[in-house]
Order: sequence, then C-alpha cells, then structure tokens
Amino acid sequence: MATTLSELQGKPVSIITNDGRNIVGNFRGHDHTINVILDSCHERVYSTTAAVEVVPLGLYIVRGDNIAVIGELDEAADTERDLSSLRAVPIKPLAH
Amino acid sequence: MLFYSFFKTLVGKEVAVELKNDVSLTGTLHSVDQYLNVKLTGVKVVDEERFPQLGALKGCFIRGSAVRYIQIPASEVDTELLQDACRKENASGGGR
Repeated sequence: MATTLSELQGKPVSIITNDGRNIVGNFRGHDHTINVILDSCHERVYSTTAAVEVVPLGLYIVRGDNIAVIGELDEAADTERDLSSLRAVPIKPLAH
Repeated sequence: MLFYSFFKTLVGKEVAVELKNDVSLTGTLHSVDQYLNVKLTGVKVVDEERFPQLGALKGCFIRGSAVRYIQIPASEVDTELLQDACRKENASGGGR
C-alpha cells in the first residue's frame, strides 16, 4: 500500500508549502523525497482585505522539504469558484 | 516500522489529520508509506470558511513531516495488540 504520487501525473494539483503558500499547477513529475515538478503553475495569494491574487510562475521545481500538502484539484469545482470574491487568512507556516 | 504497519491496518478508515500549520483535514485513509506520508481520499477541511485554499480537492497527499496528529477511530484499534507489538519490537532491539 505504498503511497505513490505517480497517479497524479499530468493532473492539476494544489500545493501548500511549509511557509503557507499555495501553488497550483500541472503535476509533471516527482522523486522519492517528494521534490515535485509543476508546469504552467501560478501562486494564489490569499488575503482578508483583497481578492485572491494570481501570480503566474511558469515551470517550477518545488523541493520536497518545503511541501506540506499536495492536493489533487477537482477541476470542475475549482473553475466554479469565484476567486475574486474569496477572502481568507493566509495559512500559517509550519511550526515544528 | 511498527507504526507503518499499524497505519496500514487503518487503510480505508476515516481519519482526521492535524498539520503543524494548524490546518485539520478529514478523509478516508488511502495509503501510507514508510515516512508516514499519508494519502486521503474524500478530503474535507475542518473549517473550510477559514481555509478555502484547501477547498475543491478530490484527494490529497500529506507529507509525513507536516503531520502533528492523526486522529483515528478508537473502535478500530486493538490497544492490547498494539501494546504487545510495541513490547515485542522493543525486546528485539527496536525492530531495525
């Protein structure tokens, strides 16, 4: 019952990093330390006072050390959401 | 390896995972690996109002290093068996 990320290949994912950032992109590859390659990705910057800011990033390698959660995006539900009306407190950084 | 084996017996059960960034996720335990990275299906964020960043997910992979607690249903655990297994592992030098 090994946990494998291979089944995410090519799918849109949403990563929460240890410092609380949210990076969304297409999953292109990974290794055993959970280093992850994302292409056409963007960061979503949440704030309590303004709409979600979408920052285009392009092709990224995220080091496994720095990853907390990799979520498999439900594309339909995600496109349905109106990011411009979403307000949220930023996620806190990991405290070890 | 004891806790790895233990979590393998909980695959398919409902669990709640609290992360070190104070986010809690509930879902069905899909798989675990040796690092206690876990994969959940049917994830729901506890307090989605506060964490819309993690809305619209189908499943998620949580890096073991980001986990603070995993809450498990008490009815699914045979504590006697677990204590016994702990004793055995310690008696044989930590099971390494």
